Amino acid sequence: MTRTAFTPNWTARGALLALALYCVFAVTQLDISWARILTGFGEGGRFLARMWPPNFERWDTLVEGMLESIQIAVLSSVAGIILSLPLGLMAARNLSPAWVSAPVRGFIALCRSLHYVIVAILFVKAVGFGALAGVAALTVASMGFIAKLFAEAIEEISMKQVEAVRATGAGPAGVLLYGVLPQVASRFVGFCIYQLDSNLRNSTLVGIVGAGGIGGTLFAAFKRFDYDFVAAILLSIIALIFLAELVSARVRKALQ
Amino acid sequence: MSTSLDREWQRFTPTQRIGRWLLWLAIVAACVWAVRSIEIIPEFLADAPQQMADLLLRMWPPDLGHYRIGVHDALIETLHIATLGTVLSFTMAVPLALLTARNVCPWAPVNALANLLLVASRSVNSLVWALLFVAVFGPGALAGVLAIAFRSVGFVGKLLAEAIEETPRGPMEAMAAVGAPWGHGMLKGMWPQVQPAFWGIALFRWDINVRESAVLGLVGAGGIGVALDDAINFFHWDRVATILLAILVVVVIAEIVVTQIRKRLI
Repeated sequence: MTRTAFTPNWTARGALLALALYCVFAVTQLDISWARILTGFGEGGRFLARMWPPNFERWDTLVEGMLESIQIAVLSSVAGIILSLPLGLMAARNLSPAWVSAPVRGFIALCRSLHYVIVAILFVKAVGFGALAGVAALTVASMGFIAKLFAEAIEEISMKQVEAVRATGAGPAGVLLYGVLPQVASRFVGFCIYQLDSNLRNSTLVGIVGAGGIGGTLFAAFKRFDYDFVAAILLSIIALIFLAELVSARVRKALQ
Repeated sequence: MSTSLDREWQRFTPTQRIGRWLLWLAIVAACVWAVRSIEIIPEFLADAPQQMADLLLRMWPPDLGHYRIGVHDALIETLHIATLGTVLSFTMAVPLALLTARNVCPWAPVNALANLLLVASRSVNSLVWALLFVAVFGPGALAGVLAIAFRSVGFVGKLLAEAIEETPRGPMEAMAAVGAPWGHGMLKGMWPQVQPAFWGIALFRWDINVRESAVLGLVGAGGIGVALDDAINFFHWDRVATILLAILVVVVIAEIVVTQIRKRLI
């Protein structure tokens, strides 16, 4: 009997074949053809040519939009952080009874499952065009993210310290402040910085549906075929995100 | 003895305390600046609760009959876009990840260049990618697939490169020692080590892509977003409610599927 060093895994090969077949099927379903891709390449060349050189002439509009995006990011992060503190505490199954944690967990899951642009559309209808809708939409997204991770962090804490504080006769507030929060504070700050970073990215986008920030300027420039201005806006957004990533990496390193 | 008892103990050094105060000051200053200069129209804020109630009333009851006519096909298209985009992103991300990983590709300039491509892909949001591809390929699912793929490359490539760099050298060296060519070493020495991470990343990104592909239609890149945009533009809020429910259900199902597969595979 010969032994093969590497026995073939037929289930895995079958699954990969199925995936390949599915891809072919999906491509035919989506009406994707070579002719279209080839025309696209020609169009793409022309498109890139029109984007170059980036036109920074209307820099005042650009700066205004960018500042508004930053404001949206700051406000929605602060509101999201403040709201997620109680939500996270209520959703932690080791601190709250099930009748509190279950509905709160459901609410957090709801906040997370809708894309922030869709939430922004709903808020644009509810509070009108402008930055307020963007702030509200990103606050919802931040709540979903921070509260979920915060609750998970609280569920992992050691209950010994909580018991020790409780044994000294401390009330619920004392237990929270001296038994629970010190154990999760550094992770909470980490989540907050991550969310600030991601809110900054997202705040440059919500403008596409009219919720304020640079996204509105970008979309308007696109619709007017001002591709050189589009290039300028895109470069500014990328620069801003790069900067934010550098700063947040530095802060996270300093915290550790 | 008494001096040490009377001494006031403090948790932080003076520089740390000043640093903390400055940090808090900066946070408060940023909030105050943002609140004072952001443009919020008071009239809009005042009737927000009323508008919200109006919105919910118009959404209720959801027009569930519309699902079969205008939502189902778009929903399937969204899933196709998400899956094809994820597969396509892997075909681009795997070579880039190999070029980024320092233990596979020893040339530092190539590492840096591949990493730059990954960062560039990550820093452009999928909606912006969709805008660009709609301008190039015209509206439709093709632009959506490419947008999802190009946005995912950076994410997938970064995580894959990290997984590759963390693998121990032993199996690769053993393969080289028995005289296996480089390709065999990669396939039997490297691949089994990164395989769990690979499938984990694929599932994770697919889950994200299902959510993201739902909005691509807002800029014309196909999928359920187109149906959503139409319903909103015609103020068919009961249809909007149906579409939102459909998206919600699909997102939840995708999450359940991903956790189940992850449990089996990893």
